[in-house]
Formats: sequence, structure tokens, C-alpha cells
Amino acid sequence: MANLLTARKTMTIGEGGSALAFVGLALLSIVVAAKAYTPEFAFHAYLFTAASTAAVFAIINRYYERPIETPLTVDGKPNYNMGPVKFASVAAVFWGIAGFTVGLYIALELAFPFLNLDLPWITFGRLRPLHTSAVIFAFGGNVLIATSLYVVQRTCRARLVGEIAPWFVVLGYNFFIVIAGTGYLLGITQSKEYAEPEWYSDLFLTVVWVVYFLVYLGTIMRRTEPHIYVANWFYLAFIVTIAVLHLGNNASVPVSLFSPKSYIVWSGVQDAMVQWWYGHNAVGFFLTAGFLGIMYYFIPKRADRPVYSYRLSIIHFWSLIFLYIWAGPHHLHYTALPDWAQTLGMTFSIMLWMPSWGGMINGIMTLSGAWDKLRTDPVLRMMVVSVAFYGMSTFEGPMMSVKIVNSLSHYTDWTIGHVHSGALGWVGYISFGALYCLIPWLWNRPLYSLKLVNWHFWISTIGIVLYISAMWVSGILQGLMWRAYTSLGFLEYSFVETVEAMHPFYVIRALGGLLFLAGALLMAFNLWKTVNSAVSAAPAGLRLAPAE
Amino acid sequence: MAEERKEIDALTGTPTTGHEWDGLRELNTPLPRWWLWLFYITIVWSIGYWIVYPAWPLLTNSTQGVFGWHTRSAVVADLDELKRQRGPMMDKLATASLAEIAADPQLLDFARAQGRVAFADNCAPCHGAGGGGAKGYPNLNDDDWLWGGKLAEIEQTVRHGARAGDDKGRQGNMPAFGRDNVLKANEISAVADYVRSLSGLSTEPGVDLALGKKVFADNCAVCHGPQGKGNRELGSPNLTDRIWFYGPDKATIMQGIQNGRGGVMPAWGGRLSESTIKALTVYVHTLGGGEK
Repeated sequence: MANLLTARKTMTIGEGGSALAFVGLALLSIVVAAKAYTPEFAFHAYLFTAASTAAVFAIINRYYERPIETPLTVDGKPNYNMGPVKFASVAAVFWGIAGFTVGLYIALELAFPFLNLDLPWITFGRLRPLHTSAVIFAFGGNVLIATSLYVVQRTCRARLVGEIAPWFVVLGYNFFIVIAGTGYLLGITQSKEYAEPEWYSDLFLTVVWVVYFLVYLGTIMRRTEPHIYVANWFYLAFIVTIAVLHLGNNASVPVSLFSPKSYIVWSGVQDAMVQWWYGHNAVGFFLTAGFLGIMYYFIPKRADRPVYSYRLSIIHFWSLIFLYIWAGPHHLHYTALPDWAQTLGMTFSIMLWMPSWGGMINGIMTLSGAWDKLRTDPVLRMMVVSVAFYGMSTFEGPMMSVKIVNSLSHYTDWTIGHVHSGALGWVGYISFGALYCLIPWLWNRPLYSLKLVNWHFWISTIGIVLYISAMWVSGILQGLMWRAYTSLGFLEYSFVETVEAMHPFYVIRALGGLLFLAGALLMAFNLWKTVNSAVSAAPAGLRLAPAE
Repeated sequence: MAEERKEIDALTGTPTTGHEWDGLRELNTPLPRWWLWLFYITIVWSIGYWIVYPAWPLLTNSTQGVFGWHTRSAVVADLDELKRQRGPMMDKLATASLAEIAADPQLLDFARAQGRVAFADNCAPCHGAGGGGAKGYPNLNDDDWLWGGKLAEIEQTVRHGARAGDDKGRQGNMPAFGRDNVLKANEISAVADYVRSLSGLSTEPGVDLALGKKVFADNCAVCHGPQGKGNRELGSPNLTDRIWFYGPDKATIMQGIQNGRGGVMPAWGGRLSESTIKALTVYVHTLGGGEK
């Protein structure tokens, strides 16, 4: 009798509560859809209705199919929750290919403008935020969620906190991406760079992000290790700071519950300052701190070597997060922003140079004693080259923040080149390296082909070099043409003449993008073959394979 | 896992911290000296920069920096330098009449230098980089002027535009003879062929040129003149010179007769400085078709 009682399945508060919340959201969305001011907003409201209804069914289904209790450990080993990690890694590959493809298309539009085909949905203005959001938030975000939820479990020796919550984070985040992406194509935007989604997408993302934070923090608090591993410091800094930035930059007042339009509470130069406080720290905490978390787990793991310096990791972590948050004003040199703010933005960027390089040193020097692996393991080579690109762009960044350099580089393609040496080289390569490690581990299969990884590495490296060198030349040429005066004291070139001069570099840039996309397609094929392979990974003595 | 084992890493000879996570360990390598010193140098340099330039916000202002440098004063200095470089010619351009500019080769060169870039930045999107024109946008290199090619006429067009809501702007319109039921379809077809015949272009076989001629005399001659030579007072193009505003093919001509024409040129007065308008006028005048 007592056994029967304890064995009875009951719905948890999490299951019941989230099911109810989704029922509420579904009802609200139906009302909004019915009364929406624009068909585009009604379409989004219907998507919310469909997704929340599906969530209710999924939660109830899961309740009937789940065991009575999910054990935290099995045979004394943590019972890791890898389902959400698997979903996010597959989503990362999918969004990566999508984002790179859109990037290639808009690069071609810049070289050959007729390619916008006079269709409003695919003009450069709408596709550009689709590209940036797809690569940063969809590809990069899913890589970060996948790796962070993997690393926090492995290095804390603890199962993720919550059962519904991690799935809500992963699925909710990807739903946000669908809303954001379709919104751009339909012309829904609040016109803030890298923060284009409107108020309702922002609110939904806030909920997802808070749950992400709670899952992450809860798992760390559940850890069975005495110390918190360095990768987790970086992931946590990324999650906390992105939440703060998101709330500050997206503070807005919607026109109505039934309108997609809202007005930002900041105005004028304050708005510009808040925007670049957000924008630069999206680089600092999303694209740097988060991906340093990836580096700190996957490079030592793959190289099977200890992290180079514990002391350096402490000093560069705290100096990096303290200094980064000040650097935003360097995006507003020579504008209406007061001189003192420009000075602080510039000097803090200079001081940021060494804290950034601390990460590079720790990544590269972790290979001390194992340099030979660069020859034999293209995955490790990809990650180490990634760190080298990180070092290069974090030297270039402070240099471009110096006002005299900025007076030449600002508003030119040099900025685009700088961003892409960080995005393609650092963020792209460390993500590819992590996916090449993670997917074989998650599915317990050997990687289908190292040779293909080698091809991926070389094809996309040539692509990156073409891309960034084309943009350097074009950017500096642009800057010099804009500032050229004749001996009589008049501008030497008109704007259209400078645009015309960019054409060959835009073609080279598109070619570089094509090579980068081709490499990523090789990766997708390689990983697909890996997952679908019939062979299980041999229980190698290597530390690479997680001991499940 | 849990107990701390500080050991010496065999490959580097460096001790570890004794922590371990999922097989990951850390060396206790000291901070690289060059790294630390460079970090210190960037901090010292920044402090120096704060002393020299405006840097830290105070209650009502900010620290001003010992150099007294400000963006605003730097811009003023840059503009002064530009003024010095342009020299006395700029004052001369501002006060000289168009005729005086045209008569002074040195001043003309100066005005053309300013006009070239002003043209490329403001006019080229419609008239083409070299002023060659495009469909609906007149070629400015030839002597076939719609509104006149004398300096004063060009200046008036630049300053007040065409059909741009400026009272002194150019106002003439080609009426929509077809849409407004003034002419029937067969009349439009016939007059289009007649217009082509004015410049010796081929006409469709079997076309009633006599009807075309009559329709032209009754409807078109009032603006385009009995011979079709055009009228600059009204901006009506010369139809006999094989230079076409919209195109010589019959379909394009019929389209114009059916729906009328009335392209807009913006009024640049008030948008561009006086000396820039003068420079543009002189520049366009010297492109090849300027009239005395």
C-alpha cells in the first residue's frame, strides 16, 4: 500500500504551472490576433497561439510518458540531461547555414544591386538585420546555449535544474528567432542595430533569458565539485550581462497591445549612447565572454592538456568584464556625444587590450607540450586559429578606437572587415571546433571524417582572408577618398565615385563569403553523417570521449 | 575528483592548482611579465590622456584637460584652415556675378572645381555622373536645352527647379491627351507617327500622316510650335532634332501623349549655398552646350 502511494505519478508544480501559463498565453494571443492593427502583427500573434498550444500538448504528453521520477544520478554518476543540448546544437548548424547564405546574398546585392529584384522583402535593408541576427543570435546563441548547458553539467557533475525549464529555454529561444526573423522580412523593426525586434519579442525573450539564468545558476549551485570551473564564470557573466543590456536598451512604450510598434524611452544622444553601450557589450559579453567559455572547456579538453594559467584566467576575467562595459562610446567618436564620454570610451578600449589578450594567451599556450597535435588534429587547429583571430581583432579593436585612427576608419568598410575577422575567425571557428567535438560526444559516434574537417578549415580560411583583406583595402581607400581635398580646397571625390571604387572589393568579399559558406556546408554534411552513422564510438582511453 | 592533488605537469614542469573538473586541470603559471607590463602601460597612458583631454564627468561639467582641446574648437580650426586654403577666391565667388565668373579664367576654374563635386553629389543621381542624362532626365552636355542654356536660365532652373512647388520654378506640363479623352486612340497613333516623321524616322506602313499632321496642328503646335521646333518658354522639347527626352520609339511617344509628362527637378535654392549654386550653374554651362 505504501509502495503504491509513493509510486503514484503526480503532476509537478512546474508542469502544471507552465501548462497553465501557456494556456493563458494562447488565449491572449488569439485576442491580440483578432484585434491586431496590421496583418503582420496578427500573423505573429497566430504564431504565438500555435506555439503555446503545442507547448501545452507537449507538456501533457510528456507527463504521461515520463517515468515517475527522474533520478539525479544513475549508478553514482550524474544523469546528465542532454536532450536540450542536442536540439540547440542541431539548431546552431541549421541557423549557421541560413545566416551565412543570407550574408552571401547581401554581399552580392552590394556588388550587383539588381539582385534585390525590386522586392521589398529582400532589399538590403531588411536582409541585413536578418543576416546579423541569424549569425549572432541564432547561430552564435544556439552554440552558446548548447555548449553552456553541456559544460555546466560536465564541470559541475550535476544534472540540469528543472525538467521543463531547459526545454523552454532552448525551444523558446528558437521561437524568438523565428519571430524576429520573419518580423524583419515583413518590415517590423524598432530600428536599433542588433536589437531590431519589437517590444513583444523583447518581452518574450526576457522571460526565456531569466529562465536560462535560473537553470544555469541552479545547476552551478547543485554542483558536486568544490570549485566553479573558469568556463562557467564566463558563461555566467555572459548570461547576466546580456539580461541587463537587453532590458536597458529595449526600454520602450508600445503604441497599443494590438500594435507591433513601440517607442524607445531614450532620445537623441542618450539613445545613441544606450544603443552603443548595448551594442558594444553584445560584442563583449555575447561574442567574447560567452565564446571564451567555449574556449576554456573545448581547447583543453581536445588538446588533453591543463589550462595554461589559472592566475591569468582570474585576472583577465575580472579586468575584461570590468573594462568592457565602459568601451561603448568609441562607436560615437566625433559625434554629438560629449568629449569626456568619447575620451572614456577610447581609453577604456585601450586598457582592454591586455585583458583580451589574456584569453588568447590562455587559449594558445594551453597547447604547451602538445603543439604537434596542430598537425594531426584539424579540429584543434581550427580552435587555435580561432584564438589567433581573437587576438588579432582585439588588437585591431583598441587601435580603431583611437580617435585619430577612427577619423579614418569610421563609417567605412574597415569596420565591416574588423567585425568579420572577429565573427568569421573567432566566433565562427571556435563554434565549428566545439560542434565537431560536441556532436560526436552527444550522439556517442566517432566523427565521420577528419579529412573533411581539414577541407573545411582550408576553404574557409581562404574565404576569411579574402573577406577581411578586401574590406581593409576598400575601407582605407574609402576613408582616404572621403577626406581627399583638391589644391583649391574642394572635395576631390563625390560619394558616388567612392561607391564605384568599392565594386571590385565587394566582388572579392562575396567570393570570400561563398568559400566560408562552402566550408560550413561541408561541416553540416560531416556532422549529419556522424549522427546517422551506425557505429558507436569506441570507448577510447582518450579523455575526449565523455565517460557516461 | 574532490580531493586536491597539486602535482607537477611533466611536459612543462609547472605545478597544477590541484583542482580538476571533468578531467580538466589548470597550471599555476604566473602572469607573463610582458603581458602585465603592457597592461600597466595602457593604464598609465590612459591616466595621462585623462589629464590632457576632457575625461571625467562632474556635477555640471566635466574635467577639461590641460590642453584645452575640444571637438567643437577643433572643427572651427579645421574650417578656418579650409577657408585659408580656398583663399580669397571664395569671397570673390560669393560676390561676383555669373558673367564676371565666366569672364575671369582663374575664377572660372575655381568655380568649376567646386561645381564638379557639387554636381556629382547632388545632380548625378538623375543626370548621370558626367551630366549625360537618362530617360526622362535631360542630357546637359549638348546644346538642346529645354528651358534655356544661358547662364541666367540655368541658374533659374537650378535654384527654383521644375514643377517642384516653387513659384519661380519651371511649370510647363505635357497634358494627358489620351487619359483626359482629348484624343482618340487612332489619333494618338497617327500623331505619334507624324512626330517620328518630323525628324525623318520611319513610320508604320499605311499610317494616315495627314490625320497626324492635322492632330498635331490642332493640339501640339500650340506648345511645340507649328514646325515642332519646341518652345523654351514652356519647356516643350524640339521634336525635330533626333534628341529624345524619353525615347524615339512609337510606344514611348504614345505613352507620353496618352498620360502626359511632368518630371520634377528639385529646387536647390535654400538647400545649397549661394556660391555652390553659382558654381553648379557655371559648371553645367561649361559642360558643352552653354549659350551666350
